[in-house]
Amino acid sequence: MRMDLIQPFIGSLDAVLAEMMNAPARIVDLTMEPEGYRRKGMAASVVFRGQIEGRVILDMDPGAAAQVASYLTGGDVNPTEPMVPETVCELANMVIGNAVTLLNDRGFQFKVFPPEILTQEQCEAAGQACEATILCFETTRGNVHLNISMQYHARRSRERSSVTVS
Amino acid sequence: MKQFEALTRKTDHQAVRYLVVDDSVFARKSLAKMIESFGGQVVGEAGDGCTAITEYARTKPDIVLMDITMPQMEGIEAVERIVQDHPEARIVMVSSVGYQDNILAALQKGARHFVQKPVKPDALYEIIRYVLNDDGVTAPVGAGGEKSR
Repeated sequence: MRMDLIQPFIGSLDAVLAEMMNAPARIVDLTMEPEGYRRKGMAASVVFRGQIEGRVILDMDPGAAAQVASYLTGGDVNPTEPMVPETVCELANMVIGNAVTLLNDRGFQFKVFPPEILTQEQCEAAGQACEATILCFETTRGNVHLNISMQYHARRSRERSSVTVS
Repeated sequence: MKQFEALTRKTDHQAVRYLVVDDSVFARKSLAKMIESFGGQVVGEAGDGCTAITEYARTKPDIVLMDITMPQMEGIEAVERIVQDHPEARIVMVSSVGYQDNILAALQKGARHFVQKPVKPDALYEIIRYVLNDDGVTAPVGAGGEKSR
């Protein structure tokens, strides 16, 4: 997998977590998983299609998600409340949205689809389709995992950038 | 959350009225919290573009905060439909995806401004002041029961 395509996701997660958790985050682990992905907490997936195609899974401890929700909505949120998966989805939306904006600025065209919460079975199935890079970020409120799987379609890019001379 | 000097309507000095449109309940609650800190009032919420159109007609808000990526009808199409019927509508796009193309499309359809998620309260406050222009004023300290900085 091309690291130059992954780097915007790392920068984006770092920035979003710093803003939303009001605390710094640092990468503590990076692994490649060729097979099924085992969910660590509450996971949301965002799919994108275009010159770069793939999906990103944001996976975080429900307790950490509840703390983010509490901080941002100004009330106590329990880890079992429906607001918690909503929070994970919205964080995933922000991380992926900011990253693809950076990639779009570099000339890559694609469309992003709304986030969806994944069950353990869906997580495993998502991981079996192709190899993924998994980054683990440590925060003061628990670990956050980012599972990135994507393919760059060089042929499509060449076709789009080619000029017809008559 | 930090409290801002309350923004009020110039005509009647009442709180600025907002319609918040986002498919994420979390995002709506988070924006509502910011609006509260600006001294504003959320008069309606919608989770998709279709509902936003009917809610706009029902509530006639001063400001709409509109997400882009939503089910059923996306934010840019909703902006076009609302502005067709209500050219005076003041709509601020709020999205995590800040493509130049998306921003231009929204502005061309009639949106007044764009802010990228995660939303910083200070940035949103300044944008709302700008979009309200002559129709919005900052209330004096303590006016309308709101705290000042």
